[in-house]
Amino acid sequence: MTGNNIQLDAKGRLKHFLTIEGIDRSLFIEILDYAESFAAVGERAVKKVPLLRGKTIANLFFEPSTRTRTTFELAAKRLSADVLNLNILSSATKKGETLLDTLQTLEAMHCDMFIIRHANSGAAHFIASQVAPHIRVINGGDGRHSHPTQAMLDMFTIRKHKPDFTRLKVAIIGDVAHSRVARSEIHALSVLGVPEIRVIGPKTLIPNDISSLGAHPYYDMNDGLKDVDVVMMLRLQRERMCSALLPSEHEYFKRYGLNEEKLALAKPDAIVMHPGPINRGIEIDSQIADSERSVILQQVSHGIAVRMAIMAMIMGSQSEEAH
Amino acid sequence: MNDATTDVKQCVDEMITQIRAEIANNDLSEMLMIGIHTGGVWIAERLHKKLNIEPPLGKLNIAFYRDDFSRIGTHPQVTPSKLPFDIEDKHLLLVDDVLHTGRTIRAALNEIFDYGRPASVRLAVLIDRGEHELPIQADFVGKRITLKQGEHAKLTGPEYLTLEITGTE
Repeated sequence: MTGNNIQLDAKGRLKHFLTIEGIDRSLFIEILDYAESFAAVGERAVKKVPLLRGKTIANLFFEPSTRTRTTFELAAKRLSADVLNLNILSSATKKGETLLDTLQTLEAMHCDMFIIRHANSGAAHFIASQVAPHIRVINGGDGRHSHPTQAMLDMFTIRKHKPDFTRLKVAIIGDVAHSRVARSEIHALSVLGVPEIRVIGPKTLIPNDISSLGAHPYYDMNDGLKDVDVVMMLRLQRERMCSALLPSEHEYFKRYGLNEEKLALAKPDAIVMHPGPINRGIEIDSQIADSERSVILQQVSHGIAVRMAIMAMIMGSQSEEAH
Repeated sequence: MNDATTDVKQCVDEMITQIRAEIANNDLSEMLMIGIHTGGVWIAERLHKKLNIEPPLGKLNIAFYRDDFSRIGTHPQVTPSKLPFDIEDKHLLLVDDVLHTGRTIRAALNEIFDYGRPASVRLAVLIDRGEHELPIQADFVGKRITLKQGEHAKLTGPEYLTLEITGTE
């Protein structure tokens, strides 16, 4: 995989948004603050600003996704950009066109930004290293590697409820091994100075090297949830599960599903998060998902504001190159 | 006319006199006031208080409506706009510190119309330095000044407002 510096320009401004790694604390906070002003736009009668008028943004989804694609699309539209949605699974690549030919074709159509969702880790980096210099790339999730906009919107959501990151205990629960979300969350939480990051799940779903990222593994959920401020559930990625790593979904819910009883171990004001889509009764009890402590739907709304901020920022760095 | 000693308070008083007359002549007692970030808000706060305008002051940040985004990019800290009232069919008074090219006002009008359709919009500025590039004029002006090329008029605050002319050699 190529270095992370590819996402910054010579002046240290955000050029592509590929991974949380390499984004320092001040840039991180800058993005969160910028997102705050876009959140205000979402509350107006006309939820649109003309910032990216005349720009064309292509959503290149090599892997199915509804939530990420639609929030990126909505974010781009609220910035007044034109949006192309390309479901590459069912289009040109089937006709034998290579990835680079597809990209060049889109460049010839004068696209300004690509949003990439791909099953292979490093796909967005690769594309960012291949495109013409004025083109911007955002990683919408690559393999098991990274899902940086999800981590960003989750930090935005945490900050709304718990503004001081340096006093937090955060637990990430579930299929950490297959989760690009978990990896990005751990990086983001450490950049923001969270002193205690826990990952909870069965041994088969927690990578051996997790402590090297700064997270403490727990295999018993009752131990792991004790006194945490933030409970981040992960989706059980059934489609990614190649071998028999799990006993049964019923058994999984008994041990690692979030119910009232287990949540009572966390702090009384702990918030419950989930990147969606949720599997009710598998990772999370329906009542909790719908309860006041759940911020799952706020995460969705915040996703639009955060993606608007990131898109506006990286398009802004296009400016001086052209002049 | 390069007097760096422009008395801000005197200019604000001049604006108040003009606005009072207009309010009396046109029955604008229901007028809503909107300041443009940041200097315009400082001036608007003073006008709002002295004119005893009842509805809260609206604050507009036109960063997302600028016409030079593709040239200068984003400004990281954008205080969100806040219009704490419905502007539909209302008379608005838009307030800014310095009127120069008129582009800020153009952006502000665009943003205002994304909130609704006001009955009218009037413009009050502390300083009109001329050299407009758009067909935009102020209805109330604290003071008109002429600056040399390369000179800028900048309001500093928020506690004590002073007008600084920079770029003079």
